[in-house]
Formats: sequence, C-alpha cells, structure tokens
Amino acid sequence: MSEQLDAGLIAEQIAESDQLGEPSGAHEVGRARRRKEDARLVTGRTTWTDNIQLPGMLYMAFLRSPMAHARITRVDTSAARARPGVVAVYSGRDLADEQGSLPCAWPVTEDIVIPDHPPMAVEEVRYAGEAVACVVATDRYKAADALEAIEVDYEPLDAVVDMTEALAEGSPLVHESGNRAFTWKFAGGDIDAAFRDAPVVIERTYVQQRLIPTAMEPRAVVATTDGDGFTLYSATQIPHVLRVMLALTTGIPEHKLRVVAPDVGGGFGSKLQVTAEEVLGLLVTRRLGKPVKWTESRSEGNLTVHHGRDQLQRISLAAERDGRVRGVRVDLLADMGAYLMLVTPGIPLLGAFMYNGIYKIDAYDFTCTGVFTTKMPTDAYRGAGRPEATFAIERAVDELAHELGLDPVEVRRRNWITHQEFPYDTICGLTYDSGNYEAATEKALALFGYDKLRAEQSDRRDRRDPVQLGIGVSTYTEMCGLAPSRVLGSLSYGAGGWEHASVRMLPTGKVEVVTGTSPHGQGHETAWSQIVADALGVPFGDVAVLHGDTAISHKGMDTYGSRSLVVGGVAVLAACEKVKDKARLIAAHMLEASADDIEFSAGSFTVRGTAEGRTIQELALATFAAHDLPDGVEPGLDADATFDPDNFSFPHGTHLCAVEVDTETGACAIRSYVAVDDVGSVVNPLIVEGQVHGGIAQGIGQALFEEAVHDTEGNLLTTTMADYLIPTAADLPDFTTDRTETPATSNPLGVKGVGEAGTIASTPAVVNAIVDALRPYGVHDVRMPCTPERIWRVVSEAGPPASGSAAAEAPAGASAGASAEAPAPTSGPGPMSTPGPASTPGPASTPGSGSGEATSSSEGGAR
Amino acid sequence: MPRITVTVDGVTYEEEVEPRLLLVHLLRDRLGKTGTPVGCDTSNCGACTVMLDGRSAKSCSVLAVQADGSDVVTIEGLARGDEWHPMQKAFHTEHALQCGYCTPGMIMAAIDLLRDDPDPSEEAVREGLEGNLCRCTGYCNIVRAVRLAAQEMAQAGERREVRTP
Repeated sequence: MSEQLDAGLIAEQIAESDQLGEPSGAHEVGRARRRKEDARLVTGRTTWTDNIQLPGMLYMAFLRSPMAHARITRVDTSAARARPGVVAVYSGRDLADEQGSLPCAWPVTEDIVIPDHPPMAVEEVRYAGEAVACVVATDRYKAADALEAIEVDYEPLDAVVDMTEALAEGSPLVHESGNRAFTWKFAGGDIDAAFRDAPVVIERTYVQQRLIPTAMEPRAVVATTDGDGFTLYSATQIPHVLRVMLALTTGIPEHKLRVVAPDVGGGFGSKLQVTAEEVLGLLVTRRLGKPVKWTESRSEGNLTVHHGRDQLQRISLAAERDGRVRGVRVDLLADMGAYLMLVTPGIPLLGAFMYNGIYKIDAYDFTCTGVFTTKMPTDAYRGAGRPEATFAIERAVDELAHELGLDPVEVRRRNWITHQEFPYDTICGLTYDSGNYEAATEKALALFGYDKLRAEQSDRRDRRDPVQLGIGVSTYTEMCGLAPSRVLGSLSYGAGGWEHASVRMLPTGKVEVVTGTSPHGQGHETAWSQIVADALGVPFGDVAVLHGDTAISHKGMDTYGSRSLVVGGVAVLAACEKVKDKARLIAAHMLEASADDIEFSAGSFTVRGTAEGRTIQELALATFAAHDLPDGVEPGLDADATFDPDNFSFPHGTHLCAVEVDTETGACAIRSYVAVDDVGSVVNPLIVEGQVHGGIAQGIGQALFEEAVHDTEGNLLTTTMADYLIPTAADLPDFTTDRTETPATSNPLGVKGVGEAGTIASTPAVVNAIVDALRPYGVHDVRMPCTPERIWRVVSEAGPPASGSAAAEAPAGASAGASAEAPAPTSGPGPMSTPGPASTPGPASTPGSGSGEATSSSEGGAR
Repeated sequence: MPRITVTVDGVTYEEEVEPRLLLVHLLRDRLGKTGTPVGCDTSNCGACTVMLDGRSAKSCSVLAVQADGSDVVTIEGLARGDEWHPMQKAFHTEHALQCGYCTPGMIMAAIDLLRDDPDPSEEAVREGLEGNLCRCTGYCNIVRAVRLAAQEMAQAGERREVRTP
C-alpha cells in the first residue's frame, strides 16, 4: 500500500499535472498537483489583512504594560489626544462598560476558575504586554508617536512566574480566587496494581518550555461599519468561530457581523483565538464610525500572541523486566498564563488521551492542574497537547530501554499494537481504527541505515571520540480530525466538531465549492479541487474553492487540529454525492429512463448498457434553463453537507534522527533525519510532504532553539526574532520522508490528517538522539531547548565517560531500579540558567532494589 | 519634508517623505505595493526583501530617503508580462511555499544568491538564505527550488538583471 515519495516521481507527476483545465480522465486524488494558490503568492497579488486600505481609514496602536503584575492607579490620555493626527485615545476605563470579557470556550471542569478577561486592562495588569490604552490616529507613525504621551501610573504587585511556586502556600496571587485554575483527572485500568511490585519503574520530569508560535504574518485587524452592520477582517484561522464569539462578546448581533479571513500567513494555532485587538477594533469602529486598522509589530506579537506548551510533566512508567509497560501515571502542571483564553484549559486535555502512545498499556492515571501565572496566556500551538504527551512517553520509553539494556526500537516493538490488532481500544478509551507500526518502522530503519549508524556509534564510543553520535527514535500516533461533536460535548467543550461544505453547479458547468475550513497555507483550494474533480468528473481547473468569509461561507468550524481534510474534505465529498443524486433524477427524466438505470462515470450520466447520456455540465445548463424538469424537482443541483465524524483519525509514523554532539563545545548538528509517516490515503503527495517538512522543522525548533524566556519579574526577554530563535535554512538538514498508507476506516476518503504529525514526532526524536549520544557520560536528559551551552554544561558536570560502548548499555540483569531523581525544572529564566538541582522534590522512590546503575548519574537526570 | 525620486517596478514616483519613513512603508502604504510584506521589526526575517539597484535589500532596513534616485524591483515587478521569472516558476514547481508570506522576500534573496553563485550547492543555498525565515516549509523545498531555478537559468543562458532597464 505504500507509495514511494521520491523526488523523481513527483517531478514526473508535476510535469503531467500542471496543465490546468485538461479533461479529467485519470484520478485527481493522489496526484502531486501543483497548487492553485501559488500564482497570487509568488507574484505579490496577495490580500493580507495589512494590505487592506479603506477610505478614511484610521490606525490603532496600543500602549502595553511594562510590568507583569501591577495595579493601574492613573491613566492620563490628555496629552496624547492633543498630538497631531490623533483622533481618539481610550483607556481601559473608557471602554469598561462595553468591552465585555474575552471568551473561554472550554470550561474543562465544573469548578474551573475562569477570571474576567477585559480586552483592555482597567484596574490591574497581569502580564507584561497587556493593553492599557489605545491611540487612534490618521497614520501608523502618528499613532505610535502618541503612545509616548500617555501617562500611566502603576502600583507594582508581585509577579508569579513559576508554576510550582504559584501553587505553594503563601504565593502571591494572580487572581483573588487563587492560582489553581482547575484540576482534571482521568484514569483507566488499575493503576495501583500496575505499579505494585513492578519490576521496573521509570520516573521522570520533563519541562515543556514555553514557545512563541511565530507565524510569519504578524496579526492584523481591520474593522469597519456602515452604521448598521460591521465587517471585521482579521489574520485568523477561525472566521466562523470568531464571528459567534465576537457577537457574544460585543453584543453586535451575529447577523450584523461579517468576519473575513483574507490571505492568512500561517497560524500554527496562534490565530485560533479571539483576541483583545479584534474586540477593541470593533468597539473603536463602532464609536468613531470610521474604518480602523491595527497591525502588530513582531516585538508586540512575541509579547501578546498566545504562547504554546509550558507544561511540567511528571511521568512514571511501570514495566516488566522484559520491557513490557504495565502502567503509566502522569502528573501535569500546565501554565495557563494570566487568563483562560479560547481553548487554553483544553490544550493539556488533548494530550491526556495520548500518553499511552502506540502502546498496549493496562493502566493509566492522569492528573492535570492548570496554574495561573503573570504571563501571556497559553493556548493552541501546532499539535496542542499531543506533542507534549508524545514527548513524555517517547522519552520515558527510551529511558526504559536504557534501563533494561535493550535497543529502543526493540522496547517499542514489544509494546506496540500490532497491525492485526486493529481496531484497538486503548486504555484512554479511544479506538485506534487502523495502522501498521511495524511497516512504518521497518521502512524507516531501512532508509536510515540504522544498523550501520549503531555500528558507527559504537566505534565512536570505543574511540572516545569527542564528537559522539546519537540516534533518536520516535514512534508516535496522534488523534486528529477534531472532532466528533459528542466527544467534545463529553469534554465540556463549547461547540461541535463538524464541518460544512456546499457545492454549486454553475450554468456553464463550472463548480464553486464553499468550505467551512479556513486555510492559511495548507492548500485547500488545490486539494478540495482534486476531490471535487474526481467526485463530479469535472476538470480540476473548473473548480473554484471559496472560503474564509462568513458572507460567502456562512457555516464552518475552521482550520486547526489536523481537521480540515479529515472533516471538511469529507463534507465536500458528501456534498458532491448529493449533487450527483439530484443530477441523476434530471438525467433520468431527460433520457426517459428510470433513475435506477442511470450510471455515473467520469462526469457522465448514462443509461445502463447504452452510450446514451448527459454530461454533468449539460445537466447543469438544463437545470439552469429549467424548461423540462421532472415533476416536483427544484431547478438546482447545488447541495450542502455537514459532516460530523464518529471517531478521530490516528496518523502514525516512525521518525529517526542522527545527531553529532561535540562533547567539548556542546555543539549539536543533525546529521540525518528520516520520517516515515502514515497519514492514510493521500489526496496530494506534494502537499503532504510539505506539511511533514514544516512540521519536523517546528518540532526541531522546540528541541534545539526555541524558548520564551521570562526574568524573575515576569518580563519577556525574547521579544524579537533575534532573541526567540526559529530555525533558519542553515540550521536544518534535508529530511528524508516516505510514507506507508493504511487508510482510515472512519471516513470515505481514508484520510487521517497531516498538519501536526511532523511536529509531534520530531521533538522527542531529536532529544532522544542527543541523550543517546551522551549516555556514556551518564546523561539522562537535556532540558529543551538543547542549546550548545546546556549540552556543554550537562557533559562537563557529568564527568568523564564510562569506558567504551559497554558504558551505554545498562546492565539489564543487574539492576531493577529506576534511575536517579527526575531532572529538575529550573526555577530561573531560560537559556542562561543551567539545568540545576531539583527545585521541586523529585519522585525518587523506586520500587525494587536497584541502586542506580553504573552509567546513571545519581545527581539528577538532567546532568 | 525631503522630496525623493524613486523608480519602483518601472514606474517613477516623486514623493515627499518624512526622513524616518521606511522604504517598506513607502512601498506599501504610499505606493500600494503591498506584494512586499513586513514580518518583523528587527531585520531578521527578510520577508520585505526587494531589489535595490539590482541587489537584494531588506526594505525595512532602508529609509525611503536613502532610496532617492534608486531603482526598486519588488515581487510585483519580477515577471515579464505573463511570464514568471524562473525563480517564481521554480518555487511553484517544487512546492517551496505554503502560506506564502515569506515568499516575496525569499524569491528576491534567492535571485541575488544566484547572481553571486550561479550553481550553488545545497549547503550554499542554506547559508545564503539564512537571513530569510520561513515557518511553513522546513526549507527543503525552497532549497530544491533555488537549485532548480539555477539549472533552468543556466540552461537558458539567463543572466538576468533584476532592475528596470
């Protein structure tokens, strides 16, 4: 079932597939069509929100809090109002009566604390960067100038930066109600039995550092009104959800509010939000009756685009001596930041069902506590909960392998669900419908040259080469296709997970497809056209895909969670089927045959056993004329469909990473990276490969480069792209990608989703590789991002390597105990801090008798 | 206010500008050349790269007054009529863009790279484009596109100056 994704094949497919408008004979689905979207993007004919200029447009700029936590005692805007070109200046108090509270749509528990979240701070600021005043002026320079003339007096309050300290007795409070937002528990099987007398227990703590999503297009908002209705243009992933939420927040009736997502330059979850600036843009245009625009600077965005990750994960794994995992226990602290935004509390829950990974586990226990701190709120970032879960289980499984002296691939093999066992009901209550972990892993191992690299590693260890080779494995699955509405309901989410599509047959036989998904780089216009071309038998070039404007696409749930194809693409297909059902009746009437005798193939409806037929284009024109339709049949072939999946989809794959780590300098270079993903059936292999590439790069970014760093006062130190480092071309290798193809059984396209796969898989693959390289030094962990300085410190504090390759092999028979204490989170800020001694009590107790084995440092896993 | 004369994509403009006005804001806000986007405020991302007198320049790092008397080519002026520049074609062919926000700058930087090194190795492309950030593609297909364009341009004997003739 697998299809080699080699460059030559793709080039051939491209060559034959780029003639738009050719008659559609062969299947479109599966072809490496070049994208329709590209023409405007490579020629600069784009519609980014900041491009929009409307007559009389005014520009907004925000004054933002320079303190993480303070009481606002005075805001004086009078001098700013007198500046040239300034039309209005507003403080939070000026807008207090109408600004409402930014919504949280995911109250995960009944007793969750959802604090009031004014779009503009009125009495208190709770993170550095929170808006405290707003200037509206005739150009963007004048607006920025006038900010300097606003006077604000703050009474400083204590910052709350560290989650563990936030929960300690006597901590300063972010909100009067306390720093605990919620505690959510989930369990399956008998966890006590799993850990009771377990021969091996691995206990680790991992730090999922705070990340800044960094879509290349900064956020921008344009709001305008004709005095009755309002239009909001926004660089958003979610025009439909946004419209509902803004109507509820601002009181503008939903039918008077149109939301448009023009060309949107990436999101990665960061534009899955209802932002303060969107609400304030509407309020200002309502007050002034003029169009207003706001575009953030990158520095402003690093402060105020919601952040991602920021979890402290304690994971315990009970296993048999042969490596089979009995149970997994997870205790999670999740940093909410200062407020709960659209889906903030739900992010760790999306990971809660994934800590079992691809493994058969008897018992599971999960607790997550959401913690308030005086930092920018966290929310969805590519993978949203699932990368965190996958990282923890894949790191822990590697630790288990090391503990037992087994190859990490072998430990995985002993635990994973075999392909004969699908559908498989997991301990987390999910039904994995399909997959073949063996096939993906075998293919990855072969492409990687696993045995050869292991031999080289052994040689380097024997030679005590200062540049050590590490090999990292990551076998992942994820729950995609968000989401079955019933499941979302059971998790207290505020909306459903369906998707909508309309297909319109135009009189000339061309097709308009309206989708509720909202692409921002994914290529839906191309992929949806391929689906429709096959379903209706029309040329690929005859299909236009409309999206991202609630006046055109009135109904949808938008784009995130690897859902667009799996839910939205299936809705498109379902609408096509309805079009054909209508066309069949009209064809039967025109051909004077029974509808049961009409066959459809390649765009033509024919009478069975004859050559007599009508094309779908002829039927579209006949329906438009409507001169001779069967009785009771409406003149129209158009159809709507709304698809609500019964189950999630479960892409999976095996990623292998080889790194060279210079133990003398801490420098780390990825030498090779192989990804074999199974995303089910593939609509467009070119787009799939691109998603995998980009996903891997982002996951590598977390592993090696990226971290939002705050000082002890809660100030963000990484406010620019010079400080917050996303990978450059020179930082990354070429990736070897391939696929296996096990169709999903939960949808008629057999697709599983691919948007998040690479990011989920790559972070643990890279960190596993680095730790693997440093095993001879007794290293158990390197905290992310694994910067040269961190690696160097870990190595230099670990002491000389144990001798030879044997050092990296744990004496499997000698020790039943788990390794030493968990690596500790640092309490201080970022890259400059060393992975220090435990500031939280490490779960050091290990059943069994083992003293730490020879290669395991007793000073804590982080070194 | 200083008065400047600047040619952008073959059209000559005379503008009165504040001395502090950035070239990219002149292009976008005054001349309507919105094909060139802004991705950061520290000249790290390269999204705003244009050709300034035939060499790539980050237009957020150039004052409009500094461009007085200069020739600017943006992504909007790169094609000849309906015929795309080989770099534009190569980005399309190799799927070297997803959201497309970095693409104008990436294409301009890549063209300038080939001017210095008409047949760059993979490593040379990666090093040469270090000043242009992309968050979508992982750069693999961008590297392929640049090398494809290099081949195409070599075969066509193309030594094309990207400036107004």
